[in-house]
This record gives sequence, structure tokens and C-alpha cells, in this order.
Amino acid sequence: MNWLRWGSSGGATGEPLWKEEFSVRTADERYVTRRQLTKFLVLTSFGMFVGNIWILIRSLFYKAPVYPQQAVAQLGEIPVGGVKLFSYPTKDDHCIMIRTGEDEYVSYSQKCTHLSCAVYYSQAENRLECPCHNGFFSIKDGAVLQGPPSRPLPRIVLEARGEQLVAVEVKG
Amino acid sequence: MINFDFIEREESIRSAAYVCWHCDEPTCAQVCPADAIKKGEDGIVHSSLKPRCIACNNCVLACPFGIPKMMIPEQQMMKCDMCYDRTSIGKRPMCATVCPSQALSYVRPEEIASRREKPTNIFYFGSQKITTKVYMMAPAEREAIALDVVDYMWEENHELVAVGQ
Repeated sequence: MNWLRWGSSGGATGEPLWKEEFSVRTADERYVTRRQLTKFLVLTSFGMFVGNIWILIRSLFYKAPVYPQQAVAQLGEIPVGGVKLFSYPTKDDHCIMIRTGEDEYVSYSQKCTHLSCAVYYSQAENRLECPCHNGFFSIKDGAVLQGPPSRPLPRIVLEARGEQLVAVEVKG
Repeated sequence: MINFDFIEREESIRSAAYVCWHCDEPTCAQVCPADAIKKGEDGIVHSSLKPRCIACNNCVLACPFGIPKMMIPEQQMMKCDMCYDRTSIGKRPMCATVCPSQALSYVRPEEIASRREKPTNIFYFGSQKITTKVYMMAPAEREAIALDVVDYMWEENHELVAVGQ
């Protein structure tokens, strides 16, 4: 298939590909024929079909990831309205925990779902704010309040065990 | 399209014909971002294609001979195409037809072989070498016409002289 070539150079004449494709000579102009277009369409839709089958097979064999249990804070370690940063489930996944009430703790991934800037807790507005593009997230469930992010922040499920707060799962 | 222009019109009636040389590697077509200028199979570099030309003036600035002209009302570049409507049916181009002194002529190579001057189609503009379909009559000892525009830019007494390569 001559018309499906990669690379910036190559071809019989040794000229750059763009010079061949946009030749100044009428005689060297190449047009896509009806048959070539049809072939392209058929092959592309076949590729889409194979891709969909692949996605289907993957979803059939999907296994829910297993999250580690990790003690992230002591009860009463932070004051009401206070914030603690930690990493969960791996060292590179930064999270933010806010004590919203006497016995209420919420925790979210700190990565904004727009362009991965670190969100911070605004006590005055009682919401999570991303400083990069003014994306605001609800403190209740991590839902987007305004701005460019389209998905809510992933929530870290916390469990109180004795005097410890243990992160057990990432949701969303 | 026939391009004639006056040179120093206030002082002189001199005029110059902007006849396209129909380069083998046309600079105007090479710089065209819209792929609008085409060299036909018979070697004629045509005016820009109306549906493609974006009136960007690249060709006007790039052509070392100064041939392409931007037609502002049409928003399209037009140039000498050797009167394609005439030459394609065997007639001579209009400029050669009307020139009283045959300074512009449209003849077969063998018809001018007998003259003292020698036709040349090799031009040097600085370091750019251009070979063309149209020939210029040059002194017999000249192999090529060489011009460097820079040489004529800041001179008081500028004369166009051909320099052999």
C-alpha cells in the first residue's frame, strides 16, 4: 500500500515525503482513489471491531484491585478543620485528609482530575480547591463544584480501628 | 496575464516585461503553503489555482525574478503563464506577438542558433542556482547569468551587469 507510508523521508526519489506528496508538478500529483478510500474505511472499521472485542475480553477478566490496609493517622491527631497529607496506596499517590467534625474524617486523592495539580483545603469556603485552573471540589463527596475537572476526586475509604485511622480502599 | 511595469516612471519611459521564466524547480510553487501553484506536464508554471490560493504573498516575495503578482480584488496570485490559452493551441504568446523589436520572441531553438548571442537558461541569484524553460540571450562567452540582489541595494550608480560564473 503505497499511500500508507510512515516517516519523513523515503521513496524512490530520495526527496522528503512532503515534497513527494505535495509535488509542484501536475504529473506527480497523487489522488486517493475510491478503491483506496473504501479499503481504508473497511480496514479502519475492522480495527475498531477488533479493539472493541479486546475491550470486551478485558472487562470479562477484570479483577478488582486489592488495596493494602495502611494506618494513616491517629484519632485526634489533627484538630477539627485540620488537614493531614499522606500517601496511599503507594508512596507516589498523595492524598489529603480533612477532619470535618469531631468524629468525621474525609479523605481524597490530592491529584486534581483535570491536570493533576495538587488540591488544597480551603477552610473559609469549606471545599477543596485546585489553584491551577480554579477547579473546586465538594468536601462531602469530592464532586466537582466548578471549573474544568469533569470527574470527582477519588475518595479514600477510612476506617477507625482503635485509636487509628486506617485507609482501606480507593473509590472512584 | 501580461505584466509590464515602468521603471523610474517620473524620469523615464523605460518599461520592463515581467515574463515568467518557468523554472525547472519553481521557487514560487515550492514556497506555496496551499499547494496552489503547479507546473504542468508541458513545463508551464501556471497562475495559482483559484480554489486553493490563500493570497498569502509567499510566492510574490520568494520569486527571484519578481514574476508573481497579487491581484488584490481577486485575492489570488496571477502570473505570466506564457499565454497558455494561446501557446497551448500553437499560437505565440501575446508579448512576443506585439514586440516590435523582437526583444521578446517565441521561436524554435534552431532559429536562434545562428545569432551571435548565446541563449542561456542558467541563472544564479546569490547562491541559488536556477535553470529555466525560457532562455535569455546572453553574450557568447557567458555560460550563465549571475545576479546578487544585495550588490544593487546600496549602490549609487547601479548598472545591471552580467557576471560570468
